[in-house]
Amino acid sequence: MIIQVENPVVEVHDLTVSYDRKPVLWGIDLTLPAGSLVGVIGPNGAGKSTLIKAMMDLLPAGSGYVRIFDKPIAEVRNRISYVPQRESVDWDFPASVFDVVLMGSYGKLGLFKRPRQADKDAAMDALQKVGMQSFANRQISQLSGGQQQRVFLARALAQNADIYFMDEPFAGVDIATETAIIELLRTMREQGKTVIVVHHDLQSATEYFDWVVLLNMRLVASGPADQVLTQQLLEQTYGGKLTVLTKVGELLRKQEFPARES
Amino acid sequence: MNAFWIILTGSLVATCCSLLGCYLILRRMAMVGDAISHAVLPGIVIAFLLTGSRDSVPMLIGAGLLGVLTTFLIEFFHRYARVQADASIGVTFTWLFAIGIILISVYAGQVDLDQDCVLYGEIAYVPLDLWITEGGLNLGPRTVWTLAVVTMLIILYIVLGYKELFLTTFDPAYAAAIGISTSVWYYSLMTAVSITTVASFESVGAILVVAFLVAPAATAYLLTDNFKTMLLLSVVAGILASIAGYYLAVWIDGSIAGAIATVTGIEFMLAFLFSPTRGILVRKKQLQPVQH
Repeated sequence: MIIQVENPVVEVHDLTVSYDRKPVLWGIDLTLPAGSLVGVIGPNGAGKSTLIKAMMDLLPAGSGYVRIFDKPIAEVRNRISYVPQRESVDWDFPASVFDVVLMGSYGKLGLFKRPRQADKDAAMDALQKVGMQSFANRQISQLSGGQQQRVFLARALAQNADIYFMDEPFAGVDIATETAIIELLRTMREQGKTVIVVHHDLQSATEYFDWVVLLNMRLVASGPADQVLTQQLLEQTYGGKLTVLTKVGELLRKQEFPARES
Repeated sequence: MNAFWIILTGSLVATCCSLLGCYLILRRMAMVGDAISHAVLPGIVIAFLLTGSRDSVPMLIGAGLLGVLTTFLIEFFHRYARVQADASIGVTFTWLFAIGIILISVYAGQVDLDQDCVLYGEIAYVPLDLWITEGGLNLGPRTVWTLAVVTMLIILYIVLGYKELFLTTFDPAYAAAIGISTSVWYYSLMTAVSITTVASFESVGAILVVAFLVAPAATAYLLTDNFKTMLLLSVVAGILASIAGYYLAVWIDGSIAGAIATVTGIEFMLAFLFSPTRGILVRKKQLQPVQH
């Protein structure tokens, strides 16, 4: 079940990506609607992170192409933002929270220019949105996992981009942070931004996203969340892994009786 | 006056090496700096053989090219031959350095360089090679001028590229996503390291260059949580080591480069023990209230 949309913000055509000649993604063909919260879901090793990295042209594609806002990526870099996985950087780096958030302005500033007062204000504003303004001068090594994630999110917000790629923003964060992040994502959607999120928790997927991409090396499904998150398609995605299958069934049952209030 | 020139030479080398060293250690590439400082040797010799002079400019170009080739080879072996990163570094630079040594020994008659000078440098002879204009004006040692120009270039590079270097060092994936080329900054940094190395080479030798590339930056890293302060402190540590090292060498009547390198090591040990934020003694103190 792969639903294509008119005037997509992201268009992926016949994308194949390999590591060391071993394909990780095969013939991905999908389009994503503007102003939506998109969840990319699949088992470990399904190529979820690889897909969003390839969408941003951070990994070389073996075949196929990606267009964002109907243009090659190189032309729209200043409208793209990225929230990498938390573990991808060294949090012992000598930098303060504010230093990191200010990086959000670097792309637009261009070479040789230093951040101006307006950029600093935007950075403080972004910190406020994630509830971290009092941490501005804190050394980044002193943050908890959830706070690190909020800092990364603030950096992306400070950029004021139109499309956001986020790699596992909910991984290993506390409930308060998870709620704060999803609230923020919804506000962004209301402002017409598109947010593409790599996500691993099936239970919250229906609640969080309005568009879901199911992935397991090949594209299993792409469409509105309520049509895609069905028992049959999930089995196809997680297929072959019996333990996972039972878990999926269990989770689907739980959905009718929410485990916690949202 | 000799003491002044020697300390000034040491301080200039310390300044550019320490600044670049901060980036190298944060990128976990300290050993790449080590590798480059050795691997530029064939570049210097080839530049020398081609031009027949010990002029600085061809040597800097030769070394710059070799430095970039070194980083490229390290990357290449690591990525395509799937050799471990450290093994790749080890193979590449020893091999290139050895080629340099062979070239020197084969063309010994034509090359005004020798192995000892390459490894240990001859900082004590710096004041002997003076730049005297045709009018007879003594402008001081030639090396000091070359190093002053290189140091200015390195400082200019870091000031102009500050935010790009900062970002590509901290989070290269994000930098690439928002359109800042990681490879431009990676290779320009490696070129800067190569040029610094070769400019410092003759006067202080490969061993002191390696010490300056790593130790002052590592010392500064232990003393602060702010990157700009780290850059500044590394330079202070490097210059202090040059001054203290010189007088240590005079006192024990030993090798100047060796003494300076020793002082950089002592500075690191002091920071390791007494740093207000990360020092061993402070951390012990902080832990004590927990144990009843």
